[in-house]
Parts: sequence; C-alpha cells; structure tokens
Amino acid sequence: MTERGIPMQVEVVERVQESPTVFTLQLRLIEEAQRDAYRFDPGQFNMLYLYGVGEVPISIDGDPDRPELLQHTIREVGRVSGGLARLQPGDRLGLRGPFGRGWPMERLDGRDVLIVTGGLGCAPVLPVIARLMRQRERYRRVAILQGVKHSDDLIWRERYDEWARLPDTQVLLAADVAGPQWHGAVGLVTTLFERLDIDLANSTTMMCGPEPMMVAASRELLQRGAGEDDIWLSMERNMQCAVGHCGHCQYGEKFICRDGPVFPYREIAALFGQRGV
Amino acid sequence: MDGTGFLQREHFGELIRILAGRGYRVIGPQLRDGAIVYDDLSEVAQLPSGVIMDVQPARVHATVTQLPRYFSWANGPQALKPLLFRPVETLWQACRDDKGRLEFSAADEQEARPLAVIGVRACDLAALELQDRHFLQGEYSDPHYARRREGLLLVAVNCTHPDATCFCASTGDGPQARTGFDLVLDELDTGFIIGAGSKRGTALMEDLSLLPVREDQLAKAAVSHQAAREAQTRALPPGDLYDALAARREHPHWQAVAERCLSCGNCTSVCPTCFCSHEREQPRLDGSGSVHLREWDSCFSEGHSYITGLVIRAEPRHRYRQWLTHKLGAWHRQYGRSGCVGCGRCIAWCPVGIDLCEETAAVLGGGHD
Amino acid sequence: MKARIGVYKFSSCDGCQLAFLNLGETLLALDELVEISYFAEAGMMDEDTPVDIAFVEGSISTAADRERIRRIRDHSGRLVTMGACATAGGLQALRNLADASAWLADVYATPEVLDSLDQALPVAEFVEVDLELWGCPVDSRQLLAAVRSLLFGVLPPPQREKLCLECKRQQAVCVMVTKGEPCMGPVTRSGCGAICPRFGRACYACYGPAESPNGSALGRRFEGLGLLPEQVARRFLFINSHADAFLEAGQRWMSGHD
Repeated sequence: MTERGIPMQVEVVERVQESPTVFTLQLRLIEEAQRDAYRFDPGQFNMLYLYGVGEVPISIDGDPDRPELLQHTIREVGRVSGGLARLQPGDRLGLRGPFGRGWPMERLDGRDVLIVTGGLGCAPVLPVIARLMRQRERYRRVAILQGVKHSDDLIWRERYDEWARLPDTQVLLAADVAGPQWHGAVGLVTTLFERLDIDLANSTTMMCGPEPMMVAASRELLQRGAGEDDIWLSMERNMQCAVGHCGHCQYGEKFICRDGPVFPYREIAALFGQRGV
Repeated sequence: MDGTGFLQREHFGELIRILAGRGYRVIGPQLRDGAIVYDDLSEVAQLPSGVIMDVQPARVHATVTQLPRYFSWANGPQALKPLLFRPVETLWQACRDDKGRLEFSAADEQEARPLAVIGVRACDLAALELQDRHFLQGEYSDPHYARRREGLLLVAVNCTHPDATCFCASTGDGPQARTGFDLVLDELDTGFIIGAGSKRGTALMEDLSLLPVREDQLAKAAVSHQAAREAQTRALPPGDLYDALAARREHPHWQAVAERCLSCGNCTSVCPTCFCSHEREQPRLDGSGSVHLREWDSCFSEGHSYITGLVIRAEPRHRYRQWLTHKLGAWHRQYGRSGCVGCGRCIAWCPVGIDLCEETAAVLGGGHD
Repeated sequence: MKARIGVYKFSSCDGCQLAFLNLGETLLALDELVEISYFAEAGMMDEDTPVDIAFVEGSISTAADRERIRRIRDHSGRLVTMGACATAGGLQALRNLADASAWLADVYATPEVLDSLDQALPVAEFVEVDLELWGCPVDSRQLLAAVRSLLFGVLPPPQREKLCLECKRQQAVCVMVTKGEPCMGPVTRSGCGAICPRFGRACYACYGPAESPNGSALGRRFEGLGLLPEQVARRFLFINSHADAFLEAGQRWMSGHD
C-alpha cells in the first residue's frame, strides 16, 4: 500500500484510443521509491486526479506482474474523464491507490474459471486474464464471455481472438444489436450460457458490467448450478474518498470502496438488484 | 461520590480562565439567532444564562428568563461535529509549474491550539464515540479529524431540560453522561457538582476553588437525572432494526414520508453522527495551484448516489429509506450499535417536522413496547 | 494564445456584468489570462469578434434580441448564461404569466413602435447553452470558477444541490425553524453562500430550482406559517418564474389548490 491521503505524481507514458469514446492511459509513477513500492491486486482501483479538475475512480487493467506500468481504460463520460481523454504522453496527473478488495485469485487454482463482462466491464478483469494466460496450467477450463450493446462497441477484438487460441479456453461474444461483420451471438450475454463448456459446480465466476446485466447473469448461473460463494461481482457506486469515509459508496452495511469493489454473491445477495439501494 | 467537588456559580469563570490559560481554545454554548450555538467562549457573560428552549418538530423558540442557570436547555443544531469533522476542510493541495510538473502537499493547519468544549451533552459524547469509530478506528485514520480529536478536552454537563424532541433515554445515551468526558457537571441553582472522568480532568479540578459536595446537593442532582429521563415522551424501539427494516423495504410509508420530505438534508447536517462528505476542487484563477476540499454532503442529495449517467436513489423515498435504514440498521453491522443517539435534532430542525420516531414506528407497523 | 471572452448584455439590469467589474484586482489577474474581446460596459465594443467563451446576461425579450443571440452563438466557442435573466427569463419573465400586449397598451401611448416579444425567455430557448450560471446576480466566485474550469477545458461541476446544505455548512441557524420565515432554501440551488439566511432572512430563491424540489410540501409548510396560497405562489413566481419547477409549483398554488 502506498500513500492514500495525498496523490502521487504520475506521467502518461502512452495513450491509445480504443474506440471513439474509450481510451487507455499507461501511467508511470514519477518517484522511483513509489514505483518500487507499488503493487496491486487484480480488481483493485486507483483514484486518478486531473489537475485542477478532480478525482475519479478507475479500475486498474494492467498486468499485476508488471505493476510499474499502470494501465487504465476509461470511457469519456464525465467532466474528469473528458479531461483525462485529452491527456497526451508526458502529461502529469495525480494518483492515489490501489484501493479495495480485488478478485479471489487464490480460489481459482485447479478450477474452471468463468469471466462474464458487459460493456467496458471487461477492463477490471484484464489483470485476471493476464495472470490466467501467463499461468494457464494452474487453472482448468476457462471461458470468457463479453456482451456489448452494439457490436461496434466491442474493443480489443484481437485480444479475444488471441485468448481463444489458448488451450481449453472458450471465448464467446454477444451484442444486443449486431452490425455487419459480426460473428458473435445476438442478444444478451446470458444467451451465451447455453454454449458454456465448463462445470459450473466446480467453477469460479468473475463478473463485471452494468448492474442489471450482473443481476440477470448471476441469477441464471445460480440456477445452472453455480454456488453463491463462487460468483464474484465487481460493484460500482459513487466513490470520492476511496477509504470508506465519505459514505457515498455504501451498499447496506458495505463500503464498496473498502469492502469491495469485488464481492461474492452471497455477501450482497439481500440487496443485489433491489431498486434505490 | 469520591473525587467530586462543588463549584459555586460565581466561580464558574475560573473554569474558562484556567482552560484558556492552559492553551486551549475554549468553546461553549451561547444563544445566537434564536438557538444554542457552540462558539469561542472567553467569559461567563457569553453563556446562555436563563435561556429556556421550547423545541417542537420544525419549531425552535428561545426565551430568556431570570433563572440563574446556564444550561437549562438540551441542545442546539450543532455541538461537537463541526469542530472535528469540519463542514469544509482542505484535504490537500496541488501546484503545477510551467513545465507541467505537479507537487502535492498536505493542507496547512491553521488552528494550532487544542479545543476545550464546555457544555457537552451525553448524546454528543455518544455521537463523538461513533464519529471516532468511523474516522479513526478503521484501516485508514483521517488525519484532520485525528489531529483535533487528540487534544480535545470535554466538559460535560448532565442534561436537566430535555426537549420535547429528545429521546436519549430510549437509545441508552443520556440524559446523564457516563463516559468519554474529562469533567462532568451537574448544574444546581447555586453552582455545579464537578467530577472528573480523566487524569486531565482531575488535574483541572485541583486548580478550581471547590467546596465539598453536600448530601442534599447530590440528592438534588439525582432527582434531576430521574426527572430528565422521565420527561422524555419520544422513543425508538431498542436493538438492531436491520432485518426489520430490510423486510419493509417496499413499505408504502416510505412514499408517504417522501410526499412531505423536502430532501433538503437538514436532518443529516444536524445529525451528530452523519459522516458523509463530497470532494471538490478549488483551483486558483491563474491555474498555478489547486485546493482539494471535502464538504459535508447528504444522502438526501441527488449527487450522493450519482454514478455515470445514473442516480441510484433518484426518488426521495429511496433517500429517506437509505438514511433511516442506515442510521438504525446498517450502523449496527458497521460500528456495533445504532447510529442514532436520541438527540432529536433531526426532528427539531426538519423544516417540515418529519419525526424519526414516528416514521420508524409507522414503517415497523404500528407502535412498539 | 489567450482565450478570448465576450460579455453580452440582453434584457437585464446589468447586475451580473458587475460580477466581472467588481472583481477589483482579480479583474487584472483575469485580464492576464484571457483577452476580453467584447464587453460594452467595460468599453470593448466589437460585438462581432469571434470569442472562445461568451458570457450572456439578460433574457431574450425582443425580436432584435432573438437575431442577436443567434449571431453571438455562431461566433462563440462556449456559451455561458450568466444570471437568472439569461438562464430562466428573470424578473421580466413575469410578463409571460400576463397579457403582455395589454400591459404595453396600458403603459405606452404608442405601443406599436415597441419591439417586444410576448414573452421574455431564457437564452436556451433560442440557442444551445453550454453552461448555466444561476443567481440574481451571479456570484463572482462562481463566475471565476467557471472561467477557470473552461480554461482547463472542462465544464465546472454541476451545482444542483439544495441551498440548505450550503447554509448548514456555513453554520447558519435555520430561519424557518427559529423564526417561522418562509425560506425557499429547501427548493433552491446553492451557490450564493447562503447570504440571506446568514443574515437572518428567508431565501427568496434567486438561484432557481435545485434538484428534486418538493414545491407541494414546502408550500404546505408556508401555509402552516400563515401564508395564503397566492402568497405561496408568489414565492415561486418571482425571479425565476419561468424555470420549469417553479412555474409548475407556482401555478398550482396560484390556482388555489395544491
């Protein structure tokens, strides 16, 4: 854990435009000591600070085994993310983190692994996939499912192709609305469950995306035999302090920034899918 | 009672002078704008002598009488919360040089003197303990709150005049202060029975002109404790209401409250345990520096539950439900007890008089024991 | 290159322009940062010079206004409405609730020579507005914060919260609870620093409607404080009468039943 109260200075090393509204920033801590000390777990997030504008929580989607390069994929939706979108290599910004509880990597050994993501929800699981691919032998079958609203929203198509070439790795894509050239399924991500080639009773699922999608997908997986302790969800709420003080991210008794953002289904089952909580 | 003494009314100023002499910034209750407010106190004359408050839902009225007492009222809109968890606080600042390099630094602390607060109530002490749990006892301790909390000296005064909105007896937090103070006072017409709750308190007592406490004075204090308890007409059901409230998440009464609720957040602002804040950036006009601020926020505001493109609690009924189920339910799981200390501020200072006790009873389906 | 700004006046009292002119030394600092290309009240008169940021004061009340605001929009990068008139029609929008031509006939000997639209309307009804600054007048700090944000290339954060939150942060004592004042704070957006309640008087909603305003509940409370329905209505139909939430609440109370 590095400094939590005050941002550290980082520099943009590389900027990639992934789609008209999605971009990836690769960042590097300026101070060597901070760079050496920085470690993150897959599923954790950083607070990125745009000078004079404010902070925004963004999940870390780089490789956890190369923590010196901090990667963040961001959709341009608000004032801070809109400002971050204009950063160029060499520009400086602030960073606090990493924060929160990440994915249950220690529970994946020797099990089937299912990853279900929607929209830009794939970003928080990229560190998981990086590790799965690097240590492929530790895990049994892997299935990566991604749903998007429109087929044009899909980013990282070549990465999915690359993952699909790995042994015992299933990659399934779905788009609610499909344009020409779309080879995936048409419909919600849950329509892909029919084609899953994994043993849900002996699997761990990691899920991230819009809440209604996660609700529908986890309920269906439970019906299909997955356990409540084996479905892990990355939750989103307003976060300002990232240390469990500002109160915005409360979800029942949980502080999503501190107790999450990743939760096993059982821990949040009572509130999950309820309106206005 | 061992270690107590009697401070005659005409000697009360000694307490203020001694605290100031020891380097404290002394804060105490005063009548201002029709309410009891806590502010810098340098002399006895500033205390709300003879002030009697009539406090009802959405209506607070002060009357100045010839009664000799300073503390013949229950509370005002605020007490300790703004002194420790400031309404607006600089968290850190950033500078940018002409090459675009940034430099971050901690906020300057302007107030070096520790605080001594006179006239703290049992409900305020209970609330302070809850704020301590939130800001200090987790994995991350808030340095701003911690700095002020560390030197804080507390002079409690047992409550003899509960308001109609008070219900601390039912939450178990008052009206008598039992712990968490340096000194505790019982006010009688002629003066104060003083007891210490800490070494600092004991040391202070040594410098005061104290008389021995008489049996009849102790008896009078005991009677007033009992009377303050029995005068309370409002109550909350005891215990952890998490499950009971969760089972009534779709109860129609949430909407009935929302029809009256202004979502103005006054209840959360005056609540001594509410801890929500948002963060805001305040850049200098020339762009050379920027201050990162924290400000009190409220779960009644739209921004509180905003995530990109979506307000989670768009409807006021969700906001009231969030507040009440958090306060009376989730707090138990987060901090081991209810988030309500029975001070009644949310009832008094709600502009439309929404009554926490009544609404809770209505949601839980009628009255309670 | 410095950003160019313009300050344009329409139907208004000029009070919001004073938020610039009253800045004192800060005005010099501002002048270091931006080039003030048009600001009639300060002497810069070339209205057709293109600008990066246009600050517009006043409502659109005449046919000439209507044409002029379109021209300004065309040559402006960002357009910011400044104050109640430009943002919500202002005080003069009260005529929208009456028969404006009858008023003209009552007041002027030859009303036919006047160029006056039936309604005084917010700028946003005619052209796209990038940022709205509320208030009568606007607050200088808010104005500067907006300039700073726009120079950083972002919009300032939305400020839609209730005045009550700002009032309590200022440690002001609630005037509705202690004095029975019919305070509009619970339906009004923050930004002014809670000036009126801090000086013991009720907010009169010059900053316009906040998010989730409950005009029914507040109006009922005002009735409890002794106001007649028409007086409740007038609290809403005042400086920001043309703002949707206030217009709707005001008309409901004016019709005598909530």
